[in-house]
Amino acid sequence: MKPPALLRVRGLHVELGSPERPVRAVDGIDLDVRPGETLALLGESGCGKSMTAFGVMRLLPPSGRITAGRVLFDDQDLLALPEREMRAVRGGSLGMIFQEPMTSLNPVMRIGDQIAESIRLHDKENLHRPRERAVELLEAVGIPDPRRRVDEYPHQLSGGMKQRVMVAIALAGQPRLLIADEPTTALDVTIQAQVLSLLKDLRQRTGMAVLLISHDLGVVAETADRVAVMYAGQLVEVCDAETFFSRPAHPYGRKLFSSLPTFGKRGRELEIIPGMVPPLDSDFSGCRFADRCDFFQDDCRVGEPAWRDLEDGHSVRCIHPRGGPLEPASDGERTTRQWMPGQALLDVDDLKVHFPIHKGVLRRVKGYVKAVDGVSLRLDSSHTLALVGESGCGKTTVGKGILRLIQPTAGRVLFDGDDLAGLSAGALRKRRADMQIIFQDPAASMNPRMPVGEIVAEGLRAQGLGGNREARQRRVAELLEQVGLPADSARRYPHEFSGGQRQRICVARALAVEPKLIVCDEPTSALDVSVQAQILNLFTELQQRLKLSYLFITHDISVVSFIAHEVAVMYLGRIVEQGRVDEVLDQPKHPYTLALLSAVPVIDSDQRREVIRLEGDMPSPANPPTGCHFHPRCAYAMPVCRERYPDISRISASHTAACWLLEQD
Amino acid sequence: MTPVILSTDALLFLLLAGVAAFVWHARRHEHLRRPWRHVARSNIGMATAVILLAYVSLGVLDSMHFESRGGMASDDIISLFDVVASDLRERQEKTYSAPFSAWLYTKETLELPDGRVARGYPRLKWGGASLDDPLAERAADIARRALLGLLQALALSAVVYLPLAWSRGRRQRVAVPAMLRGFFIERRGETAWPAFNITLVALLLCGFVMASLAGEYHLFGTDKVGEDVFYQALKSIRTGLLIGTLTTLVMLPAALFLGILAGYFRGWVDDLVQYLYTTLSSIPGVLLIAAAILMLQVYMSEHAEEFNSLVQRADLRLLFLCVILGITSWTTLCRLLRGETLKLRELEYVQAAQAFGVRGLTIISRHILPNTMHIVLISIVLDFSGLVLAEAVLAYVNIGVDPTMNSWGNMINSARLELAREPIVWWSLAAAFVFMFVLVLAANLFADVVRDAFDPRLGRGRG
Repeated sequence: MKPPALLRVRGLHVELGSPERPVRAVDGIDLDVRPGETLALLGESGCGKSMTAFGVMRLLPPSGRITAGRVLFDDQDLLALPEREMRAVRGGSLGMIFQEPMTSLNPVMRIGDQIAESIRLHDKENLHRPRERAVELLEAVGIPDPRRRVDEYPHQLSGGMKQRVMVAIALAGQPRLLIADEPTTALDVTIQAQVLSLLKDLRQRTGMAVLLISHDLGVVAETADRVAVMYAGQLVEVCDAETFFSRPAHPYGRKLFSSLPTFGKRGRELEIIPGMVPPLDSDFSGCRFADRCDFFQDDCRVGEPAWRDLEDGHSVRCIHPRGGPLEPASDGERTTRQWMPGQALLDVDDLKVHFPIHKGVLRRVKGYVKAVDGVSLRLDSSHTLALVGESGCGKTTVGKGILRLIQPTAGRVLFDGDDLAGLSAGALRKRRADMQIIFQDPAASMNPRMPVGEIVAEGLRAQGLGGNREARQRRVAELLEQVGLPADSARRYPHEFSGGQRQRICVARALAVEPKLIVCDEPTSALDVSVQAQILNLFTELQQRLKLSYLFITHDISVVSFIAHEVAVMYLGRIVEQGRVDEVLDQPKHPYTLALLSAVPVIDSDQRREVIRLEGDMPSPANPPTGCHFHPRCAYAMPVCRERYPDISRISASHTAACWLLEQD
Repeated sequence: MTPVILSTDALLFLLLAGVAAFVWHARRHEHLRRPWRHVARSNIGMATAVILLAYVSLGVLDSMHFESRGGMASDDIISLFDVVASDLRERQEKTYSAPFSAWLYTKETLELPDGRVARGYPRLKWGGASLDDPLAERAADIARRALLGLLQALALSAVVYLPLAWSRGRRQRVAVPAMLRGFFIERRGETAWPAFNITLVALLLCGFVMASLAGEYHLFGTDKVGEDVFYQALKSIRTGLLIGTLTTLVMLPAALFLGILAGYFRGWVDDLVQYLYTTLSSIPGVLLIAAAILMLQVYMSEHAEEFNSLVQRADLRLLFLCVILGITSWTTLCRLLRGETLKLRELEYVQAAQAFGVRGLTIISRHILPNTMHIVLISIVLDFSGLVLAEAVLAYVNIGVDPTMNSWGNMINSARLELAREPIVWWSLAAAFVFMFVLVLAANLFADVVRDAFDPRLGRGRG
């Protein structure tokens, strides 16, 4: 029989903001976490999953309060404990790690001392030997050379290591339950793979339970035993992971799967969830998903749907639950968007962007950060080239260097026959209409003090297009309609729009000057899955209609497989592998591409590959390793790799890679 | 009665016009209105706004100057405020007298009615002059006058608020008492009107009682030459306000222009601006001010014919003080603006504008300047109280405003000598302290509210 639950949450209500019109962030949650299991709390941003965790830990923000419910941890009601005793529980048998390891550590304390702080509070046995215990813990979380690391400061560690230290601090209290709030969202995929396998490993060794909070279906699929799906402050489905990933019952969960971009869905529209998550301060009657549901029937509006038990341990909050397995993604129309060589729109040859490092009193140049160190790319018109790599590899700098938002140090950028790198400021200003950029964070890329109409018209005005005031306004209205926004948007301000709508405005702004090339710098990574699907659909539709070319900069392989024709994989300022998307993703040749692809969490357990663990982190571009940049982390490193950078080997007409392994064949 | 516009008056009116233009502009822009709505929601914000408004209106009244011919005025240029308070101005005693006193503070040789001569405290010419036996009648008379002032204030409040409550109440179908409750006790809607109204009525009560008492007595006594201290303190309001506001106005264009230029263009422009403000801020401010004031004095004594009245001379010195204070204090704001611009220029909307080929100066005026305005506003309101206090310090070392000009600094400075007397003359100091304290406290509290509303890090202003 099932063991009794370690954490039992019953009817938890958390409210935020003013009591007159509260935001009901958590609206009646029942949750069980059993000893030793990983329960994933899955949901999109703003659904209240973090507030649930903060409510359990009693760490709500000042405006938040728990209005009802019980939180039983080990049969002890945490909500009834006085704060003094709660402090002993928190960080002790109930550990927590946060999303952002950079801000969770105190920058002026040695990490050993920060771990020792937790030992002093929660670990009586090791009170006399905090340092030794800290070393043990660092070893347990897989930090190499822990005796040296224990005396280092947080800034000397990389992002992944900091998150390990956070785990070590949580472990110091010997937790029986670890709450992990988006523990890998801020990390790169290869680092994410390290942290996830660490969590799995620790769970097996120590038998602690994990409450994993995540929005990422892939991460949940790889780590969770059971899944609880949250929507608009409530749970809508609870079941074990296998059931959830094979036959989810709630329409919301099913929709999430079908809106994920994959290779199989290329050339088709992604399914989208219309509308958006309802604001949590509204009064609900009936099912909260009803407005966005494809299977909506009239009785969905009558009263809140009750829980239904479908089979053992699978319950769903829906009147008309779906059954059966998910429809497999068909490959039928895959051919419609095949790659065929066309005319080169953009031809980048040996682009270099070096930033000087100034040191000393006289601020002499003492070296260069080689952010981009000899990148060559070719993008054909109305095609999409994806530039993939981990953070810090220089992919954004390539995009900005091409547009000369950052002055390139060397190289040629042939755009439609002109060398952009050599154009004068005036000539460049005229060419700017042909190439545009869309940024990652739509909120930061619009001036908060300008109405949307003026934001969209900015390019028209700067380029002297669009004629007089009325003509410009007409054009703006046309553009907004083109990206699917209501016409009255022009008079409103950016903060009145949701994340997805804001990204649409940014697309409209870029389209205003009728560009041929758009550099998309992680345009969907700040968005939820369902919204991401809408934006990706918009991109593909616009490409077909307006013959646009995209340079798509991203770290998300699933987006690449959906949208790109060609892929270039970047590592430390250089391109290591390049080719058609099917070639690179299906038959990767470079060890780094292999590792990168294997680290991506996959939902379908059949497709799961053996994760190639990359040790350590990317070196600094100010001081790249000699020879092949990847050799310190490469499993196949040979003596020659340490000496010289490999030449580019051609695998097929379109597929190239730079690796010594290929040259020897 | 020909109007005279002194240079500081002109600048003050310019500033007011600017504020009015901003209000008109902000009414139509939601993002500009939002932080001010936060200020209006705050009880402290509204209460202090009333006090500041009272000060400002006195200051403005005192800035409408005109030439007066004849009359008892010794000066040829007087202000509207002088006319309103002509009683206070003209009722000069011989020398010191204590608050509410009917006698001078110093003994004199008096000729008694019977012809004998004795040492004693002579009666004042004006203070308590209507009383036959001040010792016996004064307390009752003060009470009577205070009550009269109180009643007048209440009557005025009733005249203002009752019709308002009646007309509003008729439109909203609410009874007058319930409407009044809404005015003074219960907050309806977002704006903190009760705090505003209560402070306003309290201020009216205070003002009427003081005015009523000042009709007969010297509320804060008289100074060495017998001038009413209450009058001096009121006249000092204008000086304090001008120093607090004009200084920032003088330094603002330079700080804005150089700070944003340095932050946006970097490179040698940045080096130059940084060099300029680090050098300037390394020179002791007092030294610079003393040198500048001395230079001005030399200039004025050599060109005496150009300054035909004392008021004009004093005014020029005040303006000069504002300028020189501004020059020594713009560096902080400039540094802040440079830092903010460095941050803003890396933001994606600025880069997006660059990708459109928008020119540098257009980017600055459309994208950077509007987004640094909260810093400018916060630093203006925070600097204000510091500058009002600085005036007092400068007067103390004799490099403040002209000695003939009424200012709290001058009042304190002249009172400091009398503190050594026995019995002590404390009222000049007390009056300057009370008036300055109320202004600075109100300004500081208001500044806190404004900063909360505008500071994006607190996340309330932007919402």
